[in-house]
Amino acid sequence: MTAPLVVFFVLAALAVIGAVSLILQKHPIHSALSLIVVMVALAGLYLLLGAEFVAAVQIIVYGGAIMVLFVFVIMLLNAGVEEHTNLSKMAGAPGLLLVVALAGFVAATIAKSAESVHAAPQTGELASTLGISNMIFKDFVYPFELTSFLILVAVLGATVLAQREKS
Amino acid sequence: MVPTNYYVILSAILFGLGVFAFIFKRNIITIFMSIELMLNAVNLAFVAFSQALGKVDGQVFVLFVIVVAAAEAAVGLGIIILIARNRQTLNVERVDLLKL
Repeated sequence: MTAPLVVFFVLAALAVIGAVSLILQKHPIHSALSLIVVMVALAGLYLLLGAEFVAAVQIIVYGGAIMVLFVFVIMLLNAGVEEHTNLSKMAGAPGLLLVVALAGFVAATIAKSAESVHAAPQTGELASTLGISNMIFKDFVYPFELTSFLILVAVLGATVLAQREKS
Repeated sequence: MVPTNYYVILSAILFGLGVFAFIFKRNIITIFMSIELMLNAVNLAFVAFSQALGKVDGQVFVLFVIVVAAAEAAVGLGIIILIARNRQTLNVERVDLLKL
């Protein structure tokens, strides 16, 4: 077993444990901390894949900004331990069935197309940050500008939604 | 060199766990977090295929997904605050105004 494979399995185990912990934890703040573990593990996997810029953005935007927003809202609303009714316990069984079916379908599809994924050309020199910036600011410049408009609309929407109505 | 299959299978597992959390959890904030988990799983598949094909398109898509996820988190958490203020609960079963 080579070193990258060992690192992959450690990070993959960390991500899966974090995701399972997200489901099992009763308190939302513990779930949020589990999700941060998943995100940091995924950032490590991006580094392993040679995507340094995406790994940095994952840590800064996901692990930093978005999760701080989540924790902030959990504390703002003083969210307590979640309660499970009989109905929601019943939802577990079909949900598990659905998940197993989904994972089995994906695994079967991957197993069938394993050769085509491996047959892909390995160019080796994956120009990371330079290539990404070239692509964003040349090929994807209009979508990039549109996302800034999307952010503006989201900020306005969040402000309007969260403001207290005047009585 | 880790085979691309491993990454895609891990991505499928994480997506499945996200779907299960979405169905099983009852706290609206945790349900919202499971959506983020699913987005992360898809991002992993994007980056893995980007590396396998030797092109950066996948990584650019991941950046767009992250931007949209940030916008979605801002609007979604605003909606959660609104629900908590109007219904005094975070349990999705108590948010049943449209139920017959």
